[in-house]
Amino acid sequence: MKVSYFPGCTLNTTGKGFDNAVRASAAAVGLDLVELPDWNCCGATYPLIIDNMLELAAPAHVLVAAQQEGSILTTACSTCYNVLKRTNKFIQEHEEERDRINTFIEAEYAGEVEVKDILHMLRDDVGFEAIADKVQLPLKDLKVASYYGCMVLRPPNEVAYDDPDHPTSLDDLVAALGATPVDFAHKNECCGAYLAVKDESITREMVYAILRSAQNAGAEAVVTNCPLCQFNLDKQQAEMRKSYAGYQPVPIFYFSQLMGLALGLETEDYGWERHYVDARPLVQKLLEGAS
Amino acid sequence: MTEPQNHNKRVLIVGGGIAGMQAALDIGGSGYEVVLVDRLPSVGGHMHQLSETFPTLDCAQCIMTPRTVDVGRHEKIKLHTYSEIEEIQGEMGDFRVRIRRKPAYVNWDICTACGACTEKCPTSIQVAFDRDLELPKTMRSGRVRHEGTGKAIYTLSPQAVPKKPVIDADHCTYLQSGKCGLCAKVCPVGAIDYEQGPSWSEERVGTIILATGFELYPLEKLGEYGAGRVADVIDALAMERLLSSSGPTSGVMRRPSDGKEPKEVVWIQCAGSRDPELAMPYCSKICCMYSAKQAMLYKHKVHHGQAYIFYIDIRSAGKRYEEFIQRAMEEDDVLYVRGKVSKVFREGEKVVVWGVDTLTGLPLEVAADMVVISPAMVPSEGTQALAGMLGLKVDEFGWWTEQDGNLAPLETVRPGIFVAGAGSGPKDIPEAVAQGSGAAGKVLSLLARWGGHDDQDAGHDELGR
Amino acid sequence: MRVRLSAESVHNELVQRIEEYSGQGLMACYQCGKCAAGCPVAFAMDMLPSQVIRYAQLGLVEPLLESKTIWLCAACQTCYTRCPKGIDLSRIMEALREIVMLEKGSHINYDALTSEEQADWPQQAFIGGFRKYSV
Repeated sequence: MKVSYFPGCTLNTTGKGFDNAVRASAAAVGLDLVELPDWNCCGATYPLIIDNMLELAAPAHVLVAAQQEGSILTTACSTCYNVLKRTNKFIQEHEEERDRINTFIEAEYAGEVEVKDILHMLRDDVGFEAIADKVQLPLKDLKVASYYGCMVLRPPNEVAYDDPDHPTSLDDLVAALGATPVDFAHKNECCGAYLAVKDESITREMVYAILRSAQNAGAEAVVTNCPLCQFNLDKQQAEMRKSYAGYQPVPIFYFSQLMGLALGLETEDYGWERHYVDARPLVQKLLEGAS
Repeated sequence: MTEPQNHNKRVLIVGGGIAGMQAALDIGGSGYEVVLVDRLPSVGGHMHQLSETFPTLDCAQCIMTPRTVDVGRHEKIKLHTYSEIEEIQGEMGDFRVRIRRKPAYVNWDICTACGACTEKCPTSIQVAFDRDLELPKTMRSGRVRHEGTGKAIYTLSPQAVPKKPVIDADHCTYLQSGKCGLCAKVCPVGAIDYEQGPSWSEERVGTIILATGFELYPLEKLGEYGAGRVADVIDALAMERLLSSSGPTSGVMRRPSDGKEPKEVVWIQCAGSRDPELAMPYCSKICCMYSAKQAMLYKHKVHHGQAYIFYIDIRSAGKRYEEFIQRAMEEDDVLYVRGKVSKVFREGEKVVVWGVDTLTGLPLEVAADMVVISPAMVPSEGTQALAGMLGLKVDEFGWWTEQDGNLAPLETVRPGIFVAGAGSGPKDIPEAVAQGSGAAGKVLSLLARWGGHDDQDAGHDELGR
Repeated sequence: MRVRLSAESVHNELVQRIEEYSGQGLMACYQCGKCAAGCPVAFAMDMLPSQVIRYAQLGLVEPLLESKTIWLCAACQTCYTRCPKGIDLSRIMEALREIVMLEKGSHINYDALTSEEQADWPQQAFIGGFRKYSV
């Protein structure tokens, strides 16, 4: 299945490793991601001021570009997904504003494209059972806490394809990869997002609450589908060792990294070197356990 | 004690409010004779005073008028209005009730309710039914006066049942000084009777329903809220009269002191309720709902007015009640402020209210044009005396004591005597109506056991004047 | 000093702007506090999320414009998702930030970030933060 793919700024730069993993593992399960030509930044936040058509122009422009390529646009960045999905719905539902946006970007777009998070596609279009069938290296005995963050869950009436309070799609994916999902209460709590740009100490406290909850539930690793969550959860742990006595760091994976590993793909370019908490020892252990 | 088959099957209902009327219509409708006693000239009770009802905003008088009219012309319901119970003796199956009728100074038997007397009466008075609201003379002369109300000879409202006038002896110029006599001159049938005294009658009944209702805790006892002496600080029933199209302003929103339209109005909840130290410990139950209703109606009349409701909790436990409260906030822009008001005082043209918003922790004040107080509901005057006559108990606040608050809420400790409505504690209209029907059901089940409708000769004695 | 409320003060121009920018009806809030109860950043705020609406309902917008809270909201939408009255508080927060920034300019100084930090941070944090904290 061929589908238009929007990498977004983060997966195109600091998250290049995740992007490599996404493309390779998607291809391995029959999802052929075709990068949207000439894409632009989605804006990274959905504008919350009513009547702010200008800020909708960027994501609208992406959607217009996608319309040339096919009926579905997918992305592996949960923030991009959130912005594009909400913008599309807004365009569908607001005729007058739609006209203003179209005038601005010189287009005739009415929300025809379906914006779909890649995890959603893996669940519903590929199917977790089909993925399980292709697993070469089951992540046996690995206890993984799935962390969803905010962007694919809220607001549920606009973006959610999963239960906003008890999401399961990531858990079900890691189970398909042979790992053991551990449930934990903080799986849908906010990590602080871009707050760290202003004040890392607040983010650290938020991240600590999330990771403590995951570890109390027995997690050896955390997996997420949001590149910013991955960054916050990962980076804050270095300092957390100092601020919270006895804190033991835990590696934070992007879901596509675990997917590539389990599918037995070549994982060298998955960006391991960018992790703050080195994930390689655990990866090595998994690889050894399988051989 | 008579044998059940010889029990009197007539029923006495004390109180012609909505609970008593409901009971009377249910029992009368089953073919049994009802004696309905009310101290006012007309039936309807407090509901008669109300503007609209919550949560539907139905016009209270409009939905009640079919009931009052039915009560007035029901062949099985015998009305004793402007009357009070003086004595009750006997027991279930055989009660003897002595009723005193106050002098109306009008012979109701020949009065045709043409209204000429009130129209010509030169004396405007403050009427208890209108909560003694005194509006400026300029307003009174300028407005359309409702036929028959607000004079020294008056009926309660244009829809009153019975629609017969009475003379307020304390304010009638003729009765006070022997001058005037205009009403007698204009009455086309000679019904005015300045010599009329009280009269007594005795009724024999087998069962009794006490539907004695409530009144409001007096503002005079609420010193911090002005003790009833601050102009434009009124109680909630007075606000009902101001909002009512049959009230003293014909429903036009005016404040009492100068007849101006109030631009900022404050409602104060729990005034004397939920106050174990200074007044009544219980929740009066209806105030949250009627204040939301009043604030809404006020906003419907004064679109740019500001309504504030100071509350300590919002109690809206009833079908569609919570939705009604939220509508007041959301659609009618009523500003709810959580915190009990501490003091109300006059400052020039304004009534200053000192409160707090406990949600922010900020002490507040509002310079209001009018303040509406929701005083505690208390038992109506005379409940205690009636309890004494009947050997029944009231609680420490004067409410009827039910046989069992949970499982026998309509029974008293005496067989054949039931309670209904707000006389046993604060209740709203639907509850009062349900209790009226419930008490009627209790009575009818007794009558069914006693058998037959053979009550015709067990009736009524005129005891003369 | 007591705060004096009046019809004019509770409907002042700033309140109207908040409602206009956010598209949210402030009076719909009945102050249950669920937003504050679930807010992941409430611990760091100087004014609870529910109090932000409360102050606005009372027409007291200035304290909000000076609060830390409006800059700490990460627009995670937890409050909106669970709000029994369907109020999107993150939009109210954004409206308040907008009012401040239209008057005082951006709230963040990117020049203060080291180039090392800039190289580490995901693009979306930068762009998102830039969008939230600047005009």
